[in-house]
Amino acid sequence: MTDVQFRFRDDELAGDPAVTVDSFFDQTNATAVRIEPGEDARALLPFLGRLQLIEVSFPAWTDGRGYSSARVLREAGYTGELRAVGDLVIDMLSHLRRCGFDAFAPEHGLNHADAQAAFDRWDNVYQVTGDGRAPIWARRHG
Amino acid sequence: MYKYDQYDQQMVDVRVKEFRDQVRRRLDGSLTEDQFRPLRLQNGLYLQLHAYMLRVAVPYGTLNSEQMTVLGDIADKYDRGYGHFTTRQNIQYNWIKLEETPDLLAELAGVEMHAIQTSGNCIRNISSDQYAGAAADEIVDPRPYAELLRQWSSFHPEFLTLPRKFKIAVIASETDRAAMKLHDIGIQMVRNEAGKIGARFFVGGGMGRTPMIGPMIRDFVPLDQLITYCEACLRVYNRYGRRDNKYKARIKILVHELGKDEYTRQVEEEFALLMEQGIEPPLAELERIKAMFADPAFETGASDDLDLSDPDFRLWVERNCAQHKQAGYIIATVSLKPVGGIPGDASADQIRLMAQLARDYSFDELRVTHAQNIVFPHVRKADLYTVWKALDEAGLSTANLDGIGDIIACPGLDYCSLANARSIPVAQRISERFGSAEKQAEIGELKLKISGCINACGHHHAGHIGILGVDRKGVENYQLLLGGSEGADTSLGQITGPGFDEDGIVAAVETAANVYLRERNNGERFLDTYRRIGMAPFKEALYD
Repeated sequence: MTDVQFRFRDDELAGDPAVTVDSFFDQTNATAVRIEPGEDARALLPFLGRLQLIEVSFPAWTDGRGYSSARVLREAGYTGELRAVGDLVIDMLSHLRRCGFDAFAPEHGLNHADAQAAFDRWDNVYQVTGDGRAPIWARRHG
Repeated sequence: MYKYDQYDQQMVDVRVKEFRDQVRRRLDGSLTEDQFRPLRLQNGLYLQLHAYMLRVAVPYGTLNSEQMTVLGDIADKYDRGYGHFTTRQNIQYNWIKLEETPDLLAELAGVEMHAIQTSGNCIRNISSDQYAGAAADEIVDPRPYAELLRQWSSFHPEFLTLPRKFKIAVIASETDRAAMKLHDIGIQMVRNEAGKIGARFFVGGGMGRTPMIGPMIRDFVPLDQLITYCEACLRVYNRYGRRDNKYKARIKILVHELGKDEYTRQVEEEFALLMEQGIEPPLAELERIKAMFADPAFETGASDDLDLSDPDFRLWVERNCAQHKQAGYIIATVSLKPVGGIPGDASADQIRLMAQLARDYSFDELRVTHAQNIVFPHVRKADLYTVWKALDEAGLSTANLDGIGDIIACPGLDYCSLANARSIPVAQRISERFGSAEKQAEIGELKLKISGCINACGHHHAGHIGILGVDRKGVENYQLLLGGSEGADTSLGQITGPGFDEDGIVAAVETAANVYLRERNNGERFLDTYRRIGMAPFKEALYD
């Protein structure tokens, strides 16, 4: 299992390892699941109540399906840990964060200073993405 | 036109900083070229055959004279004294040094410009009608909607790593001057029966190796749902667009494979969910933007008289000018297609001259067209001759708009690492073959488009005559297509038969033009004649 390098939550790390979506549907007590890019995040919606951790896998950072998975889960009200796992690069961190990820487990550790700069890059944003940030249009018409 | 506020300015400034940081990490080795590539592409920086190429965004093709002047200065300072205007209403520089790019971007940011998302698998620069705000036939100015989309699509965190690139065009008249239905999303602003303005959505058009005309999926999206509807279209694509094969990854393939009805159903379902998320900017934001696109202070009662006694001027007015919505004004297009020239190229001096003329005679505005020309949108008819004289002295008065010499061509094998064949020399030779103004006038409207590979950056599918360069056993070979169109009557060209070598394709174009001249009825354009008589007479003349 890859280590979590960045986490924006105060609660304890989930104890159970994440299982595949198929296994998750077979295990009525599982509390952590990992979804792959081709899997439908909406299939998890009936189970959000018992999920503490959802890992979203990025086998290649240029495959952006995980961003939509994250937003679909957050829009449906998921409040547990949403962890991006895999081929994460510095330049995607702020965008992942905006889509609802609050934990990051890159398969190759990232330079801490560069990553911090990336998280803090954008003081303002143009879109509403459910991350609680007021978009520029809201500031203009506040 | 649109003016940045502190927020817009901050966004481009932060981007310059981010890109400077990415270049630093590339140069110090912490990023490999493989890792850097998608990052630089999102900022319009390509590694071409000889050097880096930088593509600068010109949102919906609109520029002011200060911006245009800086584009000229950049051509001198960072390139070899030229800029190349593109089929996406942008400008490219072909001889850029990586380490100088951050400074170049900082200069652009100084005049509210950038290179954000001009390449890469993300939402690209939003294109529009080059006559927007000036055309006599438009319902509204489409640019405020394009600007709203520009902001929404800039650094949209969910859509920066799509299956493939994504192009959006917005128009607002029945005459389509932006090839709208050949975009991933084509939006036509319309007025409904109740008199309300809204957006008609066409999704899944495109050129490339599988050209498709985008079907309409919604005939009216109200203005206070526009962004939400776009987001739904994009989300379905991001989740389900193919990623197993680069050549099947555009949204047109998804729409085609799912079928228009099923894709539409999925979009509507996603749209209903997104409507609950409150992602739509308020109409007040659209109003704020619209106010900046208000008409310039046109003089009322300006004279409609034009002295056409100079025959060269007369020819240019007839070929290159279009009707303006305001009496006493005219829309003038500067052709960047001189006989034997490189389509879309302009020298730094020419760029600065056009900037100055726009400042003095076109309310400080210019437009870049997808046909790689420059428009002065608002010229007082009383000033037109002065403008033309100045253009003429600078070699910018070619009178061939939409004629056979007004060729669209991609950079081709002379610059592009993807190309299979050269495009520019073929364009130059055809331009020379039909060089005489009389010959061009006789032929009239004939849109000729050349691509140097199957990716179709030269829009060959949409040319009345299209040329596609391919590699046949190591030799450049050119296929001929007839009958394409990008207008309101969008159609895809058909291949005539076996391809030609470079000499052969130039001769073949002439043969096709001659068949048209022989067969045409009074007032018919090439395209009309082709549609009436079909391929057979052309084939016969070409291959017998």
